[in-house]
Amino acid sequence: MSFLSYLINGISLGSVYAIIALGYTMVYGIAKMLNFAHGDVIMVGGYAALTMMLSLNANPLVGVLVAIVVCTVLGITIEAVAYRPLRGAASPLAVLITAIGVSYFLQNMVLLIFGSNPKSFQSVVPLPDLKLAGGALTITAETIVTITSCIIIMVVLTTFINKTKTGQAMQAVSEDKGAAQLMGINVNKTIALTFAIGSGLAAVAGVLLCSSYPSLSPYTGSMPGIKAFVAAVFGGIGSIPGAMLGGILLGVIEILAKAYISSQLADAIVFAVLIVVLLVKPTGLLGKPIQEKV
Amino acid sequence: MTGMKSKKKNFRSNIITYAMVIAAFVIMQILRSAGHISSLFEGLLVPICVYVILAVSLNLVVGISGELSLGHAGFMCVGAFASAFFTKCLQNTLTVSGVRFALAILIGAVVAAVLGILIGIPVLRLKGDYLAIVTLAFGEIIKNVINVFYVGRDINGIHISMKDKFSLGMEADGEMLLSGPQGITGIPKDSSFVVGFILILITLFIALNLINSRDGRAIKAIRDNRIAASSIGINITKYKLMAFTISAALAGMAGALYSHNLATLQASKFNFNTSILVLVFVVLGGIGNIRGSVIAAVILTALPELLRGLADYRMLIYAIVLIVMMLFNWAPKALEWRERYLGRFFKKSAKEGE
Repeated sequence: MSFLSYLINGISLGSVYAIIALGYTMVYGIAKMLNFAHGDVIMVGGYAALTMMLSLNANPLVGVLVAIVVCTVLGITIEAVAYRPLRGAASPLAVLITAIGVSYFLQNMVLLIFGSNPKSFQSVVPLPDLKLAGGALTITAETIVTITSCIIIMVVLTTFINKTKTGQAMQAVSEDKGAAQLMGINVNKTIALTFAIGSGLAAVAGVLLCSSYPSLSPYTGSMPGIKAFVAAVFGGIGSIPGAMLGGILLGVIEILAKAYISSQLADAIVFAVLIVVLLVKPTGLLGKPIQEKV
Repeated sequence: MTGMKSKKKNFRSNIITYAMVIAAFVIMQILRSAGHISSLFEGLLVPICVYVILAVSLNLVVGISGELSLGHAGFMCVGAFASAFFTKCLQNTLTVSGVRFALAILIGAVVAAVLGILIGIPVLRLKGDYLAIVTLAFGEIIKNVINVFYVGRDINGIHISMKDKFSLGMEADGEMLLSGPQGITGIPKDSSFVVGFILILITLFIALNLINSRDGRAIKAIRDNRIAASSIGINITKYKLMAFTISAALAGMAGALYSHNLATLQASKFNFNTSILVLVFVVLGGIGNIRGSVIAAVILTALPELLRGLADYRMLIYAIVLIVMMLFNWAPKALEWRERYLGRFFKKSAKEGE
């Protein structure tokens, strides 16, 4: 029974990683950049929801919606101010460092506004826990909501990308920017939209993460951000099902390692698994092999 | 003829780099002896030396070898712990602090180099962002693994545990050498600005000589076009591993300097943010430009301290400065604007590493 409950916890944590990783992977697929500020957008989402719920006594659902709006606007702004001017820069490292600058900026901005003390987050899920097998197995309502949201997001996103015109445009831009532009696709708008979706997802992930692990500080986002990045690479960066698979596997490995091996070594084990996977499959589980042209 | 010319140019450029470092050192020493340096800045001198060495060493991987490494703090961590552990072990046996510290630095560098080879062999098979993420992973693993080790010493010898202090089963007079997340405590303060300066000169000597050597040209050829380089018979793995290992060894050296400047050494200090900080120095100083790395490391290490007057706003301003500098230096539009209005003042000179 305890194994089953660990497994469910793992899938729940993995679902959060998966939602964050989707944002990473979409941005990477389309803009070919590692957006290191993505983890901090999660944290901003958490603070936005918390402020709405605590200061304005808003309904948790309103809090979540506000968080999504705040993060979406934030994502678009970051892209327009910090990343777009660097498109076409001589080195891809330039935009990476700028992303790190944005990450510092967000952390310190929140630090100034809300202070460095961790805030306790109140869960946005006002439902009772689910007890199974005569109380031997308890599944928290947060877990159920997290896993359900992850599945819904996955289905909606896949449909959006494959079935709508905008989604097709995103695929085209990620394939070849120049050619996409010649086909009449507005590249700048499409990339901005990708950032908007990714950041909106980050807000959802932030709220879900803080509901399950109710402590929020300006640095809350950085470790889940790195883990989600690992998840995205694990599954094959740029691939949406890959991000999903990578996220869930990572969450399960982390929770099982914590439970059965060592809680201090859990992170090391997660990273070690990543290394082994990449050595066997150098572009991740579901990634496309890199073609080498002479 | 052109070969001779470029050789001359490299030589002159290297001399300028050395002269700059030596001049900075002499000026600082004069100011220090005259008592014009605040204690705050005095405390920054060794960290500045540490970061200069780290930036130059990372530039060998990022700029010269063209691979993005996000785990440089891991090598620094290993060097720091290996050297501090050595010093702790021999603290009472070898009392000549100069000799002991020199040996400790050497051990830090060698252990980091060995780890560099061990990590480099699998990692360098990967490419681009995948390589970056694996170096990040190794950096985190190193930090986490050091965090779970407990090592103590008593009359019966050395005890090692991965659980806690008490499972070591030491005698009452036993001494803790390494205690998990608390790390190593009571390291003698052997580091000084003079040692830091000497290590910077050694680092520059190694880095600049490597870049302008036959091996260095092979490494740069691989960076510029891997397939072309391998087609003329350059051993890709060997040269990539060479750059990676030398870089790791120098980082280990910096780690030794760093650890002997602190009373307590904790593995959690060597996290992803430290690796990123060094990468920021490299990119802002100019990828492949060794002199740029030195300058960027000095300015950016001192900057947060110089901004201390701004209290809570300093890291925010640091972040804004970082973003603005990146946009100003790299954005194609900004470069165009600079070309037009600032003309010759900011003309991009040919990169030193090329």
